[in-house]
Amino acid sequence: MTSFLIRRLALSVVLLFIISIISFFIVTMTPGSPYPWGELNPKISAEVKANFRKKFHLDRPLHEQYTLMMKDLFTGDLRSIKDDRPVMGKIMERLPATLALNITAILISLSFGTLLGVYAARNAGRWQDMAGSFVAFLFIALPGFWVSYLVAIVLVKGFGVPILGTHSYGIVFPNGFAAGLDTLWHLLIPASILAIGGIASQSRYLRATMIGTLREDYIRTARAKGLAEETVLYKHALRNSIRPLVTGIGMLLPALISGSVIIESIFAYPGMGRLFYEAVLERDYPTIVALNFIGAALILLGNLLSDLLYAAVDPRVRLE
Amino acid sequence: MNPGSSNISETPSARILRRFRADPIARIAVMIIILFALLAGGTALLSQFGHHWPFDPNLTNLEQKLLPPSPQHWLGTDNLGRDVLSRMLHGSSISLTVGLIAVFVSLAIGMVVGALAGYLGGITDQVLMRSVDALLCFPTFFLMLTAVALLGPSLINIVVVIGLVSWTGTARLVRGEFLTLRESEYVKSARVLGQNAWTIITRHILPNAAAPILVTAVLGIPEAILSEAGLSFLGFGVQPPQATWGNIIADGKTYLLDAWWLILFPGLAILIASLSFYLAGDALREAAESRG
Repeated sequence: MTSFLIRRLALSVVLLFIISIISFFIVTMTPGSPYPWGELNPKISAEVKANFRKKFHLDRPLHEQYTLMMKDLFTGDLRSIKDDRPVMGKIMERLPATLALNITAILISLSFGTLLGVYAARNAGRWQDMAGSFVAFLFIALPGFWVSYLVAIVLVKGFGVPILGTHSYGIVFPNGFAAGLDTLWHLLIPASILAIGGIASQSRYLRATMIGTLREDYIRTARAKGLAEETVLYKHALRNSIRPLVTGIGMLLPALISGSVIIESIFAYPGMGRLFYEAVLERDYPTIVALNFIGAALILLGNLLSDLLYAAVDPRVRLE
Repeated sequence: MNPGSSNISETPSARILRRFRADPIARIAVMIIILFALLAGGTALLSQFGHHWPFDPNLTNLEQKLLPPSPQHWLGTDNLGRDVLSRMLHGSSISLTVGLIAVFVSLAIGMVVGALAGYLGGITDQVLMRSVDALLCFPTFFLMLTAVALLGPSLINIVVVIGLVSWTGTARLVRGEFLTLRESEYVKSARVLGQNAWTIITRHILPNAAAPILVTAVLGIPEAILSEAGLSFLGFGVQPPQATWGNIIADGKTYLLDAWWLILFPGLAILIASLSFYLAGDALREAAESRG
């Protein structure tokens, strides 16, 4: 267990190093300037430009820029080119919203994916199974931004319900409970749309594992002793097909964090995805590199957590 | 011949094709794909000769802006009075081109990396597969957006960037196939006969790994189409006035509550095209995996 953790952490450090190099070089090797006032603005004196370059280490050779940026990232001194605020502060501000959105999306993916996967597996080979796999591919093929707008048209135009941001503006709620429900509503809409693809992949993965489990002898025994089909499926079979559910967390995260760029921008949700989109629009190099780094760190953490959880729920698994 | 029966003299590819053609969903999916390809090709060909059907996609007419679908403009008009159907037809060639070329790029990289890792093994395998792991924990869309936004959005940049971030699945698959096939009797005998690595890889290993590679290729097309649509939507796709399915929706979002047709129809096109590729790819996978 300890040696597993040490090796995983060492590997994660190597991976994060590779990732930081890739994102740093994409950002610095591409044409264009990071100056917030534009490259050729005549109103900016050479002195101001020189100070700016010095401040953000742009006057140093690339490898020094890289080390300085990484040093600043870890000491918390890294500042946004755009507004001169500490990058880590900007990210930490957005992190809770993104975590709430992604964790909700994971929970939705896992629960609905499980229902769809079990349904397809118990009817394997029949038309219900075909319909299930059609629905799964339909979900994967749905462009998230398109669904968001359709939902917006229906909810806003049809029912006049506000959906942007984290809570409704200009409404005073009678008590904390009502305000909480309002916040939950504003979380559930984008999270559900974000989860659509996850429901599909989760159900496909679970279906495959579950079909294998349903052929086991202990399932035949459970049926032979007259247990209800639901008990056999959800208690005996699902528990032995738990792997997709647990590893799903690690597998879903990259897609979710990617998807949150578009969904958060549409729903004006103040998370990391929208911060990233803003940073890309503004060519805010330190923020872009830091967000790539933190995003990858979150994914690695998710992978590690799902491995540990898998060992915890399935005693047959040993981490070595 | 009965499509369900098998024939001993049948080659593997003929068997896969027979099973694929017997699948009704696969047939419908392939027909839809062919329809999209014909529409895209026909539109591109017509515009080469200066003809446009039904209208010029870039012809603005402010007197006819934001018109709902009608017998004249089947799918309505946008905020500049441009015909949405014409713009979608012109956008379809972008989507299909991006899908095909991006997959070609990712297949090329994935096959080379996977073949090297699987055939050589050892330290090469370790280094290559750790790089694949690194890319897999990258939030891919962050990476694509960073690269496309900073390099400048153009058709060629988008295709290359999508290809560059999506080869990891192919590399893993090809490596796996190589690891298995490397130990097979016929590869061993080819080695004993003194054939060089290139011949062994291209003549003996690759043809036997062709089916799963083809499946990932087909399944990669809709992913590239969806990525391009997402980039277009954020304003980092192929640039206006060239219409793409994604940027029609992006332009239409300002008129979201007044002009639903600007959102609904291009999105349906993205959905139907990518769904068809997914279903065709899945049918191909089943045809390749099943015996008999």
